[in-house]
Amino acid sequence: MFMFFLSSGLFQGWSLGANNMSNIFGTAVGSRMISFRKAALICSLAVILGAVISGAGVTDTLVKLGAVNALAGAFTVAFASAVTIFLMTKAGIPVSTSQSIIGAIVGWNLFSGFLTDPASLTKIITTWLICPVLSALFSMAAYLLIVRIIRHYQIHMFKLDSLVRYGLILVGAFGAYSMGANNISTVMGVFIPVVPFPPISFFGFFTLTAAQQLFLLGGIAIAVGVFTYSKRVILTVGKGIMDLSPVAAFVAVLSHSLVLFLFASKSLEQLLLSHGLPAIPLVPVSSSQAIVGAVIGIGLLKGGRSIQWKTVGSIFIGWIATPLLAGIICFVSLFMMQNLFQQKAYEPVTYVLSSRALQRIDSMGVPTESLGDLVGKEFESARAFRSALAARISPSKELEALFLDVCLYHKMEISKIKITAMNRYKVTEEQRQALEKMAGRIFAHTWALDNLLAESTPAWKVSENNAAHNKQLAAALLYIHDYFKADRRLPETNQ
Amino acid sequence: MKLNLFSKKIGIEEKIDGFLNKVSEAGLIFQSAMEDYFNGNDEVFAEKREALHRTENEGDTLRRDIERHLYTKTLIPESRGDVLELIENMDALLDYYKAAIWRFDIEKPEICREFHSDFRELVACGVKAVEETVCSCRAFFKNIDDASNHMHKVTYWEKQADVVSTRLQRAIFSRQDLRLSHRQQIRNFARFMEKISDEAEDVIDRLSIYIIKRAL
Repeated sequence: MFMFFLSSGLFQGWSLGANNMSNIFGTAVGSRMISFRKAALICSLAVILGAVISGAGVTDTLVKLGAVNALAGAFTVAFASAVTIFLMTKAGIPVSTSQSIIGAIVGWNLFSGFLTDPASLTKIITTWLICPVLSALFSMAAYLLIVRIIRHYQIHMFKLDSLVRYGLILVGAFGAYSMGANNISTVMGVFIPVVPFPPISFFGFFTLTAAQQLFLLGGIAIAVGVFTYSKRVILTVGKGIMDLSPVAAFVAVLSHSLVLFLFASKSLEQLLLSHGLPAIPLVPVSSSQAIVGAVIGIGLLKGGRSIQWKTVGSIFIGWIATPLLAGIICFVSLFMMQNLFQQKAYEPVTYVLSSRALQRIDSMGVPTESLGDLVGKEFESARAFRSALAARISPSKELEALFLDVCLYHKMEISKIKITAMNRYKVTEEQRQALEKMAGRIFAHTWALDNLLAESTPAWKVSENNAAHNKQLAAALLYIHDYFKADRRLPETNQ
Repeated sequence: MKLNLFSKKIGIEEKIDGFLNKVSEAGLIFQSAMEDYFNGNDEVFAEKREALHRTENEGDTLRRDIERHLYTKTLIPESRGDVLELIENMDALLDYYKAAIWRFDIEKPEICREFHSDFRELVACGVKAVEETVCSCRAFFKNIDDASNHMHKVTYWEKQADVVSTRLQRAIFSRQDLRLSHRQQIRNFARFMEKISDEAEDVIDRLSIYIIKRAL
């Protein structure tokens, strides 16, 4: 059943491979510098590697935006996104899988009563704007530098051709890796919260987590798209925004790949954080928009006369139309999925203003007198809880976020067996030992567990000046919240 | 694999350089052969005619090699057509030298001494125009920005050749003592010499388009 529901994600992967291969190897294959088979093979391998090795970072952002928590819901979100891509491609408007999937997730949030995390959404939308600009800046700088090098060393046309040929293969592979790392979340991200696969260990050398298995499947779907349909796209798409010389094409692919890598690399983020620098957000960005930005950058350097502004205009239309259309299609499809096909489109997330939660909010200096009648009451969605609150205290945005955070009902049972089977890459030894002391306890709210853990050891405590530790801590907490999640029918909580 | 692929391309670079050397050498041989013709050194002229013939043959062999290389190894797919055309145009210049020297050998025109200096100048203009065309081609392959430094000189020598040719033709037809057929024959030779620089200019006109297409 899971594989059936996964089909929409696989279809999305297929279309991603079919459409985006031309961004990376289009010029090289179109100008016969590399044979299609060689390019497709390199592209497929690199996409799969990028997806499996570095796909997780971006996916976290996507899950934060909307954790689609039911299989049929995830299917519908991916399906709506895929249909949007199909319709936009038919209409001849360049389309981004990142934008369509995010539009669809917001559609799911609206349908299911979940609140869209405004911080994540802002981060994503800002990145969409920054991505082509950054790509243009990169391409301008790289182009100026490379042209200067070529002129300085007076490289012979044939040697230059050979260098560009190897360069296109290298940056193409890098581009495909970055695309796999950055865009796999748009293909498989929505299935992460509902994936039922157990981890697979390869003779103890390495373990493929459930998410990585999903990414592998997604990567294979992209590769199939690359092999079966991308040649047609390369041949029919034509020259696009402007004619590119092989050197300019190399620079464009290089800039595109760097941008996609920047917005996908967890290690780079860790590096920046460990040096106290602001981290680059890990956000799914569009491969097409990155390449468009890079090409425009080179075009502007050449005076801007050769740029086809009509094509650029249609890309802007795509920016607005794609998420909107995907959101609408997703909402309608979810309605049909739930009412026509009787499938669970989402797992309700409930909110309870427990006495402990009230005590916590009270301790923060928030007046809670008027909330007495809400204590112990369960709300079926964030929206319902928000309305109940609004009727009594009309809270500010910050206060509302605080209530939603504190009152989220998330029952967890810390069992000894589960502690032994935990993923040791996600939780440090010290953190595990602290968890062992809590064995047998049950928690109703995530913060209750988090606080107790933070009191027990510094390993579970937020550090004031160690950003890398904080990042690991956040990931570990997310992991244990999900890992120890218990059935709601368990006996009443003791925390 | 990598080294092998690189070596193939270095090979073709040398072949192109060798081919352009042949065009350049042919010009020097041609100029020197014409000098011998005007000085009446028939034996030396015949030797140089043979030398030019050999150079032209070697040039042809190199041209065929380059063309085969470009087609079979799918090198520089973007500019391959332009490079092939350029090589063929340069080969046409080489052929032109050969045709000119053979024409002198076959017809043996009787050129009055007073026209010799203009003929020498006309030959020099043509050879210099071709020489600058060769330099433009080398720049096209190695340092595209430098090509224009040579291309404008081709135009200059072509204009010079026009001036000399017009002056020479006027002088030829002002000689009423010569038979009309004789005057027409010398005039035809003057125009034939003038056409060397015209051909060179045609080559650089096309080259300037290739340079625009090849711009980084």
